Amino acid sequence: MPCREHRLLRLRVKGLAQDNGLKTMTFQALAQIVVSGLLMGLIYALIAAGLSLIFGLMDVVNFAHGEFLMMAMYAMFGLVLALAVDPVLLMPIVAGLMFALGAIVYLGVVRHAMRAKVNAGMVQVFATFGLAIVLRGLAQLFFTPDFRSIPNTWLGGKTLNLGGIFLPWPQLFGGAVSIAAFVGLYLLISRTDFGRALAATREDAGAVALVGIDRNKVFTIGWGLGAGLVGLAGSVMAIFFYIHPDVGGPFALTAYVTVALGGFGSIFGALAAGVIIGLIEAITATILPTEMKSLGIYAAYLAVVFVRPRGLFGNI
Amino acid sequence: MSTQSIGIAAGLAQANDRFHAARRRQLMTLVVVVLVISVLPLLVKDVYLQNIMVLTLMYTALSQSWNILGGYCGQISLGHAIYFGIGAYTSTLLFTKFGVSPWFGMAAGGGIAALVALVLGYPFFRLKGHYFTIATIVVAEAALVLFLSWPYAGGALGIQLPAAADNWANLQFGRNKLPFIYTALALATITWLVTWKIEDSRWGYWWRAVKDNPEAAESLGVVIFNSKMAAAALSAFFVAVGGSFYAQFVAYIDPDSVLNFHFSLLFALPAVLGGIGTLWGPALGAIILIPLTEFTRSYAGGSGQGIDLIIYGALIMLIALWKPEGLIGFFVRQPKPLPASADEGAHS
Repeated sequence: MPCREHRLLRLRVKGLAQDNGLKTMTFQALAQIVVSGLLMGLIYALIAAGLSLIFGLMDVVNFAHGEFLMMAMYAMFGLVLALAVDPVLLMPIVAGLMFALGAIVYLGVVRHAMRAKVNAGMVQVFATFGLAIVLRGLAQLFFTPDFRSIPNTWLGGKTLNLGGIFLPWPQLFGGAVSIAAFVGLYLLISRTDFGRALAATREDAGAVALVGIDRNKVFTIGWGLGAGLVGLAGSVMAIFFYIHPDVGGPFALTAYVTVALGGFGSIFGALAAGVIIGLIEAITATILPTEMKSLGIYAAYLAVVFVRPRGLFGNI
Repeated sequence: MSTQSIGIAAGLAQANDRFHAARRRQLMTLVVVVLVISVLPLLVKDVYLQNIMVLTLMYTALSQSWNILGGYCGQISLGHAIYFGIGAYTSTLLFTKFGVSPWFGMAAGGGIAALVALVLGYPFFRLKGHYFTIATIVVAEAALVLFLSWPYAGGALGIQLPAAADNWANLQFGRNKLPFIYTALALATITWLVTWKIEDSRWGYWWRAVKDNPEAAESLGVVIFNSKMAAAALSAFFVAVGGSFYAQFVAYIDPDSVLNFHFSLLFALPAVLGGIGTLWGPALGAIILIPLTEFTRSYAGGSGQGIDLIIYGALIMLIALWKPEGLIGFFVRQPKPLPASADEGAHS
């Protein structure tokens, strides 16, 4: 993914690697690869978290996940334009808007798709896929297909020099947001009544009605949370990535692979898998031409599921 | 008891007769449909409309092929673009580099695709549900990346099919769409007939058993793995043939125009919208979906405002939600189950 700072960094890393020859690659260059991979991996994990949450809760793969990311980026773009406030401060608003979008999508589309008595799996795939195309069309209608970016932000384009290792601030911030989101998610699931209702509903969505849990409400909030998480990811990405109607596609694919690699239904599997994928991508990009960097991810996914058909931490 | 078993036998025979009568009716429907479509391009001379006819028939054939593995055997692949690409690239490379006739290239592409399907199927068919589907997406994307950086096959620039004499041997006809319509019609008819034949063959019953209840199928002696492999190879063969046809039709291919994930979805979509795992579903889905896509693209898409996408996406969403069993549900009543007495009698 050709993000601006990332590419510059990679060139720098490649320069370092070539100067010294790959074999005697300095510690610095190696650390640079690992750290940039790690940071990008945390962002991948954050993108995948919502997908994983929704899947674990109700066995539905949201094919509009990439478009949710795109919507979040445009929401940030529009808000910055309208309010002239820095993206960092607007992040909660974007996450809130995305929460609403997720809940509306569940109530308006997914709830009906789940009622299908025949070939429910395909109905869900194509209902959410149709939604993805509609969202892409709406983005084109309101924002045109042009590439946008948010100029002059607090973090955009700035790097932190840590003893010769260059860390772009937007990615550092994104990594921190990702870790915070996973901690929050952990606390939510393990410490709150809603978390227990969530866990119970994913165990047995039919039986929870007997103990007075409103399944529909749990699903609605689950979709809100899933979309809210991708809202956080989109807010961060809007700072350092180009925004356009088709931006979601490649990230969605990475997110599906992340969720499957971690194991469907395991949110923290998605965290581990996201970091692994970020690292593999960073390493592949140094060895192979940049446009082939996703090959490493694909190979890793196939290798893992052939050994462990349920992903790393899958529990279904 | 004996009167009851006679009742069962009579009931079964009756159901059997009904089934074969229905199959004969379907064959006759095919003859009528093919005749109508054959005459249609002679009446409709508009190039734009003829173009849509070619695409509709092509996607009917492709979706019918996808349906063999996805619909009948229940293995949802969203990576069939890899076979489409293999077909397109095999015939095009054989023609441009060695001057081999595209007809031979078509067969070769189909053969290679079937082989690839078997090689991939060996590890893939151990995976279940979403793990399988994502593996198919991933392998098709990997193929896209590889073809983008393979200079011999034109890399990202693609290959322009050199103009040769316009005739059937070269499968090139300049601006004349008519031969393409008939070739696509032949393709759609062949895939339909193969599916029709399968429905009443041993493989057909095995595949549906594997789809509906793999454990029960296995306990009855169906070798699940072999069943899936056979369905995958057959499905891949015909999708690749369609890929070769497409390459001849558009005369220019690049990785994005034949290996894109979008195609994998476009093979599944007509079958799902029309009726997955049914004989007429893919055709019905394609007849509605493809012209609609083309019309919205040309009437609402020119402005680049995305209105075409909104209409197209909303339609997919609505059909999926409104008719989960597919549009075929409007035309065909669900086949009646065997007489209830026969079913109960078997247990007593």
